[in-house]
Amino acid sequence: MAQIIADLHCQIHNHKHIKLNADFRCKAGEVLAVVGPSGGGKTTLLRMIAGLNHPDIGQINFGAKPWFNSETRIALSPQQRHIGYMPQHFGLFPNLTALENVVAGLDHIPKAARIPRAKDWLERVNLHGLPDRLPAQLSGGQRQRVALARALAREPSVLLLDEPFSAVDRETRERLYLELARLKEQLLCPVIMVTHDLNEALLLADSMILISQGQMLQQGAPFDVLSRPRNEAVARQMGLRNIFDGEVVFQDDTKNLTWLKFGEQLIACDYGKNFTVGSRVRWAIPNQGIRFNSISNRRLCRSFNKLDVTIDTMLVMGESVRLICYVTGTQLQLNTEVSLHFAQKLALAKGMQTTVALKSEQIHILE
Amino acid sequence: MDWQALWLSVKLSSITVLVLIPLAILAGRTLAYRQFVGKSWVEALIMVPLVLPPTVIGYYLLVGLGSQSWLGQWIEQLFGQQLVFHFSGLVLASVIVNIPFAVQPIQRAFEAVPNDVRDAAACCGMSRLKILLKIELPMVWPGVLTALVLCFSHVLGEFGVVLMMGGNIAGETKTISIAIYDSVQAFDFKAAGIMSLVLLLFAVTALALTTSLSRRLGGQRGANHR
Repeated sequence: MAQIIADLHCQIHNHKHIKLNADFRCKAGEVLAVVGPSGGGKTTLLRMIAGLNHPDIGQINFGAKPWFNSETRIALSPQQRHIGYMPQHFGLFPNLTALENVVAGLDHIPKAARIPRAKDWLERVNLHGLPDRLPAQLSGGQRQRVALARALAREPSVLLLDEPFSAVDRETRERLYLELARLKEQLLCPVIMVTHDLNEALLLADSMILISQGQMLQQGAPFDVLSRPRNEAVARQMGLRNIFDGEVVFQDDTKNLTWLKFGEQLIACDYGKNFTVGSRVRWAIPNQGIRFNSISNRRLCRSFNKLDVTIDTMLVMGESVRLICYVTGTQLQLNTEVSLHFAQKLALAKGMQTTVALKSEQIHILE
Repeated sequence: MDWQALWLSVKLSSITVLVLIPLAILAGRTLAYRQFVGKSWVEALIMVPLVLPPTVIGYYLLVGLGSQSWLGQWIEQLFGQQLVFHFSGLVLASVIVNIPFAVQPIQRAFEAVPNDVRDAAACCGMSRLKILLKIELPMVWPGVLTALVLCFSHVLGEFGVVLMMGGNIAGETKTISIAIYDSVQAFDFKAAGIMSLVLLLFAVTALALTTSLSRRLGGQRGANHR
């Protein structure tokens, strides 16, 4: 059976037991990360796409083919959807060897072709010489690769990965990121990956949706969601800690800037046409939008958003230093992060008074 | 030593497990995975033979299936044979009394199969029957074997329900437990002693086997969740 290439479209409303509302599209060949805190409905969403659970209302379409439709009462089983599914704990069959596990997913091709195909996939995920081992005799990373090979070998219509890296150690995880990034180039089907780790989404996904408490908060390219969160809830989910009150004081159409009053100071940010002068707004800036080097090199950011700050806390975390500063004369707290090398070069120290620049293009006014 | 009674007991135990274990696999799997209205009542009903004296169960079966009852008369019309005081009646009584011994270990074994494994099997395109035969049964076999050993040994030593339902007809309903009782009544303590020793040895062996299998099932459960 040839692999059918199509987009996946989901429109789900669930109210019983678990509240979940989602409406999104995942294109063929695209990796879509479903990101959010535990208990937010991510796994439920994946199970509904797999056909293991059904939503109360909605539709799930694979190309023109309906997989689920509450109005026409269509609900295909997981078997009929021909998906590749990798559960959080891999779901390997403990009584079958690695090779037999992969063969078990190959019901769509003739029997004679199954073993060669399974061996080929085990090779492709770098599991040389281990086809006869039982899952209990494999390490976490090896088990993860067997599960991935089993899901991919099916030539699935959609590949579903539920927290694929949560059950392996950090070193294995780093290696598996590279392998999945390499495999990604060869994948033709929509790939939906559930994760609570934002870095995984940034590393591996082409687009992401953010889900919290069953609600889809935002969809877009991972970097865009991170740098342009729609609202404060998204900003907090994305780990932004620099969220402040401000007042729009001037709209500069010619320079494409919006000026905000922050404390007693004026700061410029990218033009936000929806905001009127005098309106109170919330705005956010990611850690990397706060710069020390521009000042030290006497190169100013284009926005001139200079702030005098006092360094309150310095936390050395491996190769980076996390800094908490107070805007001088206020209780406003800025969080930022610089490399350890850079902090040493600038001789940053606790209690030091210095100046930082806020990159205007990274200041984002929230809805 | 009453060899005929021993043979009848072994025959009764074998037929009981052959009838009961497949039913217990279906019931245990359903109770482990399905949620339905009245599930706790069904589970309670299954456990009733554990707390109800076998003679009480025997009494109800005798009254319910005897020639005076409509059900007994209907069965006699249909098969030309009464169930009471007959070997087939003993099989029915043994199956009913042993339901908890069969269903409980199998249900627990199915509950120990991780959801991830069953979900992955469905997403691999396997039918329900194939999932049961190829994935679940190889994982729950210690539970099935435990149920089999428990039921076989329990039927072998069953007394109250057998006496109530079957009476004491040699070659038809006289099992080894009743033969022991008979021997003691006849002051033949030697025969009673030998037959009791056979049952004692069998019970100890069966329990040792069951304990070992339970440990094995526990170990497998741990391995599955690693």
